[in-house]
Amino acid sequence: MTNAALPLSAPGTPSARPVRRRFSWGWLGIVPFLLFAFLFLIAPTFYLVIGSLQNAKGTFTLENFAQLFTPSILQTYENSIEISLVTALAGGLFGFLLAYAVISGGLPGILRSALMTFSGVASNFAGVPLALAFVFTLGRVGLFTIFLRDVLNIDIYGAGFSLYSKIGLEIVYLYFQFPLMVLIIAPAIDGLKKDWREAAENMGASSFQYWRRVALPILMPSLLGTMILLFGNSFGAQATAYQLTGGFIDIVTIAISRQMRGDVLYDPNLGYALAMGMVIIMAISIAGYSLLQRRSERWLK
Amino acid sequence: MRYAARVAWWLVFIVGVLYFFIPLYGTLAFSLKSKPFLSAYTAILNDPQFVSTLSYSFVAGILTIIVSILIIVPTAFWVRLKYPQLRPIIEFITLLPFVIPPIILVFGLINTYSKQPLAVTNTETGSNALLVAAYVVLSFPYMYRAVDTGLRAIDIHSLTEASQSLGAGWIRILWQVILPNVRTSLLSGAFLTLAIVVGEFTIATFLDRPAFAPFLGLVGDSKPYEQAALALVSFGITWAAMVLIAVLGRGSRSRIKVTIG
Repeated sequence: MTNAALPLSAPGTPSARPVRRRFSWGWLGIVPFLLFAFLFLIAPTFYLVIGSLQNAKGTFTLENFAQLFTPSILQTYENSIEISLVTALAGGLFGFLLAYAVISGGLPGILRSALMTFSGVASNFAGVPLALAFVFTLGRVGLFTIFLRDVLNIDIYGAGFSLYSKIGLEIVYLYFQFPLMVLIIAPAIDGLKKDWREAAENMGASSFQYWRRVALPILMPSLLGTMILLFGNSFGAQATAYQLTGGFIDIVTIAISRQMRGDVLYDPNLGYALAMGMVIIMAISIAGYSLLQRRSERWLK
Repeated sequence: MRYAARVAWWLVFIVGVLYFFIPLYGTLAFSLKSKPFLSAYTAILNDPQFVSTLSYSFVAGILTIIVSILIIVPTAFWVRLKYPQLRPIIEFITLLPFVIPPIILVFGLINTYSKQPLAVTNTETGSNALLVAAYVVLSFPYMYRAVDTGLRAIDIHSLTEASQSLGAGWIRILWQVILPNVRTSLLSGAFLTLAIVVGEFTIATFLDRPAFAPFLGLVGDSKPYEQAALALVSFGITWAAMVLIAVLGRGSRSRIKVTIG
């Protein structure tokens, strides 16, 4: 449909004006985005990449990455990974059961929309207020701690529990982990067709066989993918842990915070490498999630 | 459904409800222990720092939303209309904030923008601008997805051609034709962004900004009851944003989907 006029001049004579009608500047619409992303996302990350590959004098080295494998830093990563794994598995499992309960468990329909709204709130309720809520509840003189001690005669702190430890942090993280699982897994559970179950039952399958052979294989990519997402979600969290422990728990985000504050063993280049190690783990988990999510779309339309 | 199974599912649900409400109840009960009754709440209302930090965070949130809309809407529109081949790249960039968590982002930003010749953080205005810029980046995944979902539900090719044949320019098309059509999904993205910005702690702390979450973190040493009340206020803000999103999503064709991939 281009009706740009042909140049009405003899061959050889240069046309007086470019022939293209209505040159469009619309593509400029993308430039601000790319520029913004470059300035405030890509360049700062690139700064860390470069810094992690240099020593204090500015020469190229892989020393910083080698230093990540010293026992104390490995321990830091190990703690982060452990907390993320535990909360991803526990949050993923419980979130799945909860979503299944309201979708296919025969509970009144109104509970489903209530749960979805709660989950939207809780999955975004992280950071300082979440840490505080648990201090008031499960802290040394928290409401629930006192309730357990005085009413049920269970002294959790006497038994060695502390909210400000790994297990405490895991309990707090679960508060935003399982609602996120509910939100993301619900469409996958919706996608399980009733016909499949009926077909399986008609052929004499038991409930266990249906789950083992039909439902779980179909849900598996979604389940795994979402749990990987939960892993990354917990791995990158800083504010909750910082508020809860006052910056005294040995996990990667807190170690980076300490580097930024210039505390003990201040070595900026090592700090950059710490950050890069974290970005690599995050990248692997997000890539795994997208991959599995795409795979799960095959059945769950 | 068998009786036992149904009981089991009810149990699962009840455990979930308890997990959800006990910490909130604990916080509420603690905040109400202040004497006289409700004094924690009247105290925070009279605390000038509460008002100033909360309004600081709200202003930051609103600026974030405006900048984010100005950047994302033309981009998503243009990619859908003319450059579908750029889609994977743009999507990838908008997902990067999930790979680069706030602590890493602010680490990079401080290093890049606190030294000559780009010493942005030396001035108050510079630091404020950098904070908003970082929040805009955090909003990319939600905003892009919201707008893209909204655009999928309308026929932008026909709308654009119709507007063009009526003589509208690009600005006018975006502002008067596309924007009103994606308003619902845009608002969902905006409320989510607002909730995230008002609760954001890490970036605000390291840029040393007088925002709400850092204030909330520090107030407790001297005023524990007020801190409990403030935590509930913060929860209420998240709640309000989510309820607004749910109300907006009802009956609209385009619902915001915060999933990746």
